[in-house]
Amino acid sequence: MGGIVSPGFRGRRGPEGGEVTLPPGQYLTEDFPVLTAGPTLRVPTDTWEFVIVTEAGEKHRWDWKQLMALPSERPTVDLHCVTKWSKLHTDWQGVSLDVLFEGVDTAADYALVHSYGGYTTNLPFEDLRNGQAWIVYRFDGEDLTPEHGGPARLLVPHLYLWKSAKWVRGITLSDEDTPGFWESAGYHDYGDPWREQRYQGD
Amino acid sequence: MARAAVSGGLSPRLVWRAARLVEFRDETPSARTLVFDVPDWPGHLPGQHVDVRLTAEDGYSTERSYSIATPADGTRVALTVQLVEDGEVSPYLIETLSVGDVIELRGPVGGWFVWRSADPAPVLLIGGGSGIVPLMAMIRARRAAGSKALFRLIYSSRTPEDRYYADELRTRARDDFGLDVSYVYTRKTPEGWPLPPRRLGVADVNNGGWPPDFQPACFVCGPTGFVEAVADILIALGHDARRVKTERFGPSGT
Ligand SMILES: Cc1cc2nc3c(=O)[nH]c(=O)nc-3n(C[C@H](O)[C@H](O)[C@H](O)COP(=O)(O)OP(=O)(O)OC[C@H]3O[C@@H](n4cnc5c(N)ncnc54)[C@H](O)[C@@H]3O)c2cc1C
Repeated sequence: MGGIVSPGFRGRRGPEGGEVTLPPGQYLTEDFPVLTAGPTLRVPTDTWEFVIVTEAGEKHRWDWKQLMALPSERPTVDLHCVTKWSKLHTDWQGVSLDVLFEGVDTAADYALVHSYGGYTTNLPFEDLRNGQAWIVYRFDGEDLTPEHGGPARLLVPHLYLWKSAKWVRGITLSDEDTPGFWESAGYHDYGDPWREQRYQGD
Repeated sequence: MARAAVSGGLSPRLVWRAARLVEFRDETPSARTLVFDVPDWPGHLPGQHVDVRLTAEDGYSTERSYSIATPADGTRVALTVQLVEDGEVSPYLIETLSVGDVIELRGPVGGWFVWRSADPAPVLLIGGGSGIVPLMAMIRARRAAGSKALFRLIYSSRTPEDRYYADELRTRARDDFGLDVSYVYTRKTPEGWPLPPRRLGVADVNNGGWPPDFQPACFVCGPTGFVEAVADILIALGHDARRVKTERFGPSGT
């Protein structure tokens, strides 16, 4: 729908010189704002674990040392938050989920991601594969701070940032789609920023 | 189905609605309450927000979120907007928008940071700067619903002049039985204030809040840095993280 024009509103378009294309309704920020429904969690790495559970109930577990020993990648990606800000060319380091799913026997269609503290978010399993998702533990060359989900968070940059669960703890694979925390609170089940899928029904 | 039960008053589809400015009131030299008339507004819960969309002549548009300052009241939706210098949206809403003008908004959004008037648990509200807005909606809703839930508000602002709803809060602290209000000033205090200006700390939360044993529902709202600090204090004091709900309005730097 074409919006009602606000006379006298010009808006700020991207930085001068270059035209950046952002998803609809988003604006560019240089900051790194925080969106969390509650207090920031402090999760120690000595008890940290990451567990994948398949639809057959099979468990695959990694502790912090094992995660650190896996081959890592350094993706540079754009972030789009449902609270309207976008941040471009962010620099991360972590393990591709393709590496973690290598020895996992599954035919599941859906994934429910769990975090320390009880947060959950759901995605189609295929959105976690083929170089689209990582468990990241460094940002801008530094250890990931608790505010931004450290020690490790999921990174799925092609979807709104609430899908990139902070303080990630595990993934449960299933044949059925189970809405996560924000998805149960009226946010979109899939969350594609380019189709502006912010809320249910978008 | 489980989804509908927790959606907190969200309509199944959030459509953009034309909102006509019917009235405004300056709260401080840099913050204005804007009252819109929104035909077919579905109603909302205190704590929820709307998305506002502005569109330029050439079709460029941008969106921002603003908390609703009042409880559900027919087709009226009130926002209080703080001027952010050089901001893209807030200066337009405060300096350009006039009574009779129409903008677009949709909502209500957010089924988590909400207070329900049927909940008898004590409530602790801690707001910094414009973070008072959704908390004020809860305070107003409490009285409107005749709720007897005990409320305490701790309100941090830079100076006494920067407080929103100052007269109303004074009156309510006197007349709304079971509502206590305490203030923290970060840059300048009122005449005769016993303490120097400073950031909200453990002592303020301890004195102005509830003991964790009361299991209060805690709502913390404001700039990111403020919310981070206050939520950490609540956890350190022994409050259950699951009872601490937060809303971060944006960049830190109170
Ligand atoms: C759920 C939610 C509810 C909100 N409710 C309210 C509300 O009730 N009242 C209200 O005034 N605002 C509220 N906000 C903030 C609001 O959405 C905008 O971010 C704010 O009005 C600034 O927008 P702008 O376009 O004027 O500035 P922008 O053009 O977005 O920003 C300009 C500059 O100011 C900085 N900046 C942006 N936002 C802030 C901020 N909040 N404080 C300090 N600096 C900032 C930016 O980093 C940037 O450098 C809310 C935000 C969220 C996510």
